[in-house]
Amino acid sequence: MTEIVIEATGLTKRYGAAAAVNGVTFNVAAGEIFGLLGPNGAGKTTTILMLLGLSDISDGTARVFGHDPARDPLAVKRRVGYLPDSVGFYDQLTAADNLHYTARLIGIPAAERQDRILAALDRVGLKDVAEKRVGTFSRGMRQRLGLAEIVMKDARVAILDEPTNGLDPQASIELLELIRSLKAHGVSILLSSHLLERVQSVCDRVALFNAGQIALMGTVPELGRQVLGGGYTVEVEADGGVDVTRRLQALAGVRNAVESGPGHWRLTCERDLRAEAATEVVAAGGRLKQLSLDQPSLENIYTRYFQSARQEEARHAA
Amino acid sequence: MRREGSPWQGLGVVVLKELSDHLTSARMRVLEWLVVLTALAAVYAAITQVRDVTAQDPFLFLRLFTTAREPLPSFVSFLSFLVPLMAIGLGFDAVNGEHNRRTLSRILSQPIYRDALLFGKFLAGLATLTVSLVVLWLLLIGLGLIMLGVPPGGEEMGRAFIFLLVTIAYAGVWLALAMLFSVVFRSAATAALVTLGLWLFLTAIWPALAPAVAQAFVPAGDQATQVIAAQMLARLSPSTLFGETVLALLHPTTRTLGPVYLSQLQGAVMGAPLPLSQSVLVAWPQIVGLIAASILLFVASYVAFQRQEVRA
Repeated sequence: MTEIVIEATGLTKRYGAAAAVNGVTFNVAAGEIFGLLGPNGAGKTTTILMLLGLSDISDGTARVFGHDPARDPLAVKRRVGYLPDSVGFYDQLTAADNLHYTARLIGIPAAERQDRILAALDRVGLKDVAEKRVGTFSRGMRQRLGLAEIVMKDARVAILDEPTNGLDPQASIELLELIRSLKAHGVSILLSSHLLERVQSVCDRVALFNAGQIALMGTVPELGRQVLGGGYTVEVEADGGVDVTRRLQALAGVRNAVESGPGHWRLTCERDLRAEAATEVVAAGGRLKQLSLDQPSLENIYTRYFQSARQEEARHAA
Repeated sequence: MRREGSPWQGLGVVVLKELSDHLTSARMRVLEWLVVLTALAAVYAAITQVRDVTAQDPFLFLRLFTTAREPLPSFVSFLSFLVPLMAIGLGFDAVNGEHNRRTLSRILSQPIYRDALLFGKFLAGLATLTVSLVVLWLLLIGLGLIMLGVPPGGEEMGRAFIFLLVTIAYAGVWLALAMLFSVVFRSAATAALVTLGLWLFLTAIWPALAPAVAQAFVPAGDQATQVIAAQMLARLSPSTLFGETVLALLHPTTRTLGPVYLSQLQGAVMGAPLPLSQSVLVAWPQIVGLIAASILLFVASYVAFQRQEVRA
C-alpha cells in the first residue's frame, strides 16, 4: 500500500452563507501527480490554501504528512513546496538573491545554501541568468524560478497552482517536462489547472471541480468510461475492401462503426480493438493505411459531463 | 486551538531583508536628503540666531533644537513635520506591496508565521528610522560643538538623548499607522493617500478643531472644563503629544503642560528650570501615550493581517 501524503476529508470553506469549497474529499499518494481541474472560481485555489494552512478551514479535516495545516502549519510548510498562480518575485533582486532569501526563511544552513541554490537553478535551466534581476525575466522564467525554489527546498510534495497559466506553448511544454522530472525524483505533486488538455498528459489521477465540489475523480481513462460510455475510439483508414463497415460492425466489442469519410471509419469500442480491426480490414481485401486510437480527452469528458449536468438541472427545473 | 511552532521563526531574516531593501531603495535616499538638508538649514539658522541673542542661557545647547529664525522654522518643528513623512514613506506599501508583486503567498508558504513577516517589517522600518534619526542627531550635536564652541552639559545631553528616543517613538506611531493602512487597502496609492490625509488632519486641522468641538459639547460658562476638554481632545493627535513632550524636555522651565490653578503655583519659583527627572515626569503621560499609540496601531494591523486572505 502506498503512503498517503495529502489527505482531505470533507474539506469546506464558507464565506458567510456561500460555500467556496463544499465537502471535498481526496487523497494524494506518494509519488503521484494529482490534478485538480475545473473552471476558474471552482474552489481549486481555496482548497490548496487550506491545505497549506494559509486559509482557515470551516469544516472537515486536512492532513499533510499526518500534520494538521490549521494547527501545525510550520511542519506542513517545511515539507511542502508551493508555486502560486502567477508567482511573483522581488524584481529588484537577482534570481539567486531571491532564492537566498527563501533559503534563509526555510532555515537552510549557510554552508549548503549556495550549492543548493545553484543546483536548483541548474535543474530548471536558469543557471546562466542566476545573477540577473528577476525584473527582466519572462513569465515562463518566473514559473521556472518558482520550481527552482521547490527543488531547493527539497520538498516532498509540490503544490502547483495553475503552473502553465499564461505561458506560450513552448514554455508550458518545458514546464510540464520539469514537473515530470520532479515526479521522477520522487516528489508527489498536486496541481490545479483549467487548461485540461495540457494537464492531461502529466496527471496520474484527476479530480474535476465544479462549484466547490469534486464532480468526478479517477484516472483519465476511468473518467472516459464513466462519462463518455464507449471509452475507446479507433480510427481506421484504408483503401478498397468490400463491405468493410458491416464487417467492422460485426466485431465483438464494437458498439458502433461508421464510415466517417471515403476510406475512413470510426469505431466506438469497449476496449482497444486496433489489432482486430486491422485483421478485419485486410480480410475484407482492403489496404490498411492508418490505424489510430483516440484516447478519451479530458476536454471531451469535461464538456460532456457538464452538458449532461446542465440538462439534468434543466429537467429538474422544468 | 493552539498553533504549534514559534511565531518568531524567520523574524530575523525578514528584518535583515527589509532593512537592506530600505537602506538601498531610492525612496529612502530621497527622504534622507530631504531631511538632512532641511534640518541642517534649520540648525544653521538657529546657530546664527543663538550666537546673536542668548549668550547667557544655561541651556544654550538645547536652543539649537528649538530656536527658529525667520523665515525658517526650528529644527524641532522641521522634525515633527518630516519624521511622519519619512515613516509613512517607509510603511505605506509594506503589505499591499507584497500582494501586488504577488510575493505574499510564496513567502507565507515558507515555514514562517504571518507574525514574523508583519513584525519584521515593522522592526526594519523602525530600525531604518532610528538610524537616520541618530545620524541626524549626531550631526546636529557635532555642528553645535563646532559652531558654538561651547560643550554641552551632562543634563543637556540627557535631555537631547531623551528627545531622540521620543522622536523615534513618534516615528513609530506613523510607521504603524502607515502599515495598518497598507494591510487594509489593497492599492498602495490609496493607502498612501489615506495615511497622508490622516496625518494632515491630525497635525494641521485637529489641534485647531479641538477647541471648537469642546465648545460644542461643554456648557458655556464653565471655562476651565472647556479648556481641559479641548486639550484632552487635541491630545488624541500624536503631533500634539510630541509637541508637548518636546516642550517639557527642551524647555527646562516648563512646569506643566496643562492649565493650573493659581493655588497650585504657591511657592513656585517662576522661571527656574526643573531637574531632568522632573521634566520627564511632566511629559511622562505624553511619552507613554506615544508608545501606546504605536502598539495599538500595530496590534490593529496585526489583527487585520491575520484575518486577511492571501490570494491575489
